[in-house]
Amino acid sequence: MNATGISPDGAGPLLDVRALRKVYTGRNRSVEAVRDLTFSVGAGDLVCVVGPSGAGKTTLLRCIAGLLAPTSGEVVLEGAAVQGPPPGMAVVFQEYGRSLFPWMTVQQNVELPLKQKKLPRARRLELVRNSLDAVGLGDVPAAYPWQLSGGMQQRVALARAVAYEPHILLMDEPFAAVDAQTRADLEDLVRSLWQRLGVTILFVTHDIDEAVYLGQRVLVLSSSPTVVLDDVAIDLPAERDQLGTRSSARFAELRAQVFGQVQRAKHQSGAPDHQSGAQGQPAGSRPADTGTGPETTEDRQPTDAGSR
Amino acid sequence: MSAHSTVRPGRRSPGAAVGTVARVLRWIAAVLGLPVALLALWWVLSADSETFYLPPLAEILAAFDDVWLRSDRLRADVLPSLLRLSAGFGLAVVLGVGLGVLIGSFRRVRAFCEPVLEFLRAVPPPVLVPVLMLFAGFGNTMKVLVVLSGCVWPILLNTVEGVRAVDEVLTDTCRCYGIRGPARLWHLVVRSASPQIVTGLRQALSVGIILMVISEMFAANNGLGFSIIQFQRTFAVTNMWTGILLLGLLGFLLAVLLRLFERRALHWYSGLRQFQRNDGHR
Repeated sequence: MNATGISPDGAGPLLDVRALRKVYTGRNRSVEAVRDLTFSVGAGDLVCVVGPSGAGKTTLLRCIAGLLAPTSGEVVLEGAAVQGPPPGMAVVFQEYGRSLFPWMTVQQNVELPLKQKKLPRARRLELVRNSLDAVGLGDVPAAYPWQLSGGMQQRVALARAVAYEPHILLMDEPFAAVDAQTRADLEDLVRSLWQRLGVTILFVTHDIDEAVYLGQRVLVLSSSPTVVLDDVAIDLPAERDQLGTRSSARFAELRAQVFGQVQRAKHQSGAPDHQSGAQGQPAGSRPADTGTGPETTEDRQPTDAGSR
Repeated sequence: MSAHSTVRPGRRSPGAAVGTVARVLRWIAAVLGLPVALLALWWVLSADSETFYLPPLAEILAAFDDVWLRSDRLRADVLPSLLRLSAGFGLAVVLGVGLGVLIGSFRRVRAFCEPVLEFLRAVPPPVLVPVLMLFAGFGNTMKVLVVLSGCVWPILLNTVEGVRAVDEVLTDTCRCYGIRGPARLWHLVVRSASPQIVTGLRQALSVGIILMVISEMFAANNGLGFSIIQFQRTFAVTNMWTGILLLGLLGFLLAVLLRLFERRALHWYSGLRQFQRNDGHR
């Protein structure tokens, strides 16, 4: 697998997450959300992070975005440790309705970060127009976000991120709150933007189909306290479409593989698990296709390989 | 041909104009209906009034013209009052919004200031008039300070509430896109607190008008409050009533001005609210 994150063309990793750990300390108890995460993302990659709900996905993303300081470990972006939100990064949040300024028009929303970058006016307008065109919203620059549907609002957020010309784009379950049809359209939009712009994307989702459909790689996280359970290379063709790709045999295999991992992730976290051994039952005696169960990752791996 | 082409737009616009006029008339009727009815009631009930302190409305209205419009009083009394009010109100906006943003932004500052704020807010501003007279004398400074001392609290406290309620996702968005400093203050903090700030402005305006009058009643040689108290002391009761009417009228006009400002500044907010309501019903 591409665990090192070195992209095939030989470029070094753009993003390096090293032994990331995050413990939330409350008044009289602390919660270990993320135990030990290490992975890297090469320049130009589209990596999906998938895990069961409550797997610390958002914690991970906030640490990468510099919105949250890790307890230990570090996030290195383009060779520099992330201390706060780095300039070359854009984030698309799940709550599209709350991440756009309701007192600004679509145009002003997309333009504001560019003003902060002190870009000249002509360049700003060009970027705004191009990015709105790219997400299919070229005709509504004067509308307010709340006048648009949920899917269109998320397109505005996407346009704002694209116009910012980031080196890396983080997306935190961006399509979790839109309907299925809109979601499919937005997934294709992300693929096409990625292919056209060559931007690196880290896409966090709980939806396995979405992760497999979008990604070049899928990182499977355990439940909290989180570790990386698996790093699946998605060897689907670069040109993907909702109907053809999703009904292909390879898609089904990859989906099943990730699904099995996520199912196991629900029952297994980074916490030391003595139960599987204590059961006193040899793992091999169980039917190989039991999706869940006390098997360890190591037991499961050959089964997946065999099913290919 | 040319006649034909000029007739068409000419024919259409009167129809549209009639519609607009009808709408405006209906609006005026809705707004002025109750005031007119109350004035009519006052007129009828007071028509035969023999009481010295309650002259007939007809007399009051007749005197209004002489007392306020055909004299120098608009310039000599009304204008100074309005200037004092706007100075006090303006300073209260600057101070209230400025301090409110500061207090609302930092939890520590808020915890530190809150008890004092609650205490100061509970002190009725009119009782400060004698105290302020000691420090600031009898001039305009005192009157502006009195207006300020009353107006600042509703603006300050509402701003604090508004700033506290700034959305977390929007805050994160600003951090991610490097929106900080003055841009963050304006585009994120003040704008998202603006509905509450405007609520504060509305409360402050009514307090401000009251305090303007009161401060002029204590010690002044001109102003609306001074004129009214002067009429009262010289038993010019009809004139006094005209002053009270004028005061009400001014208050109404200022409230309308504020409403117009609100409609411009918060038009996004009413749209958003309306959308959310419709969404909820769906």
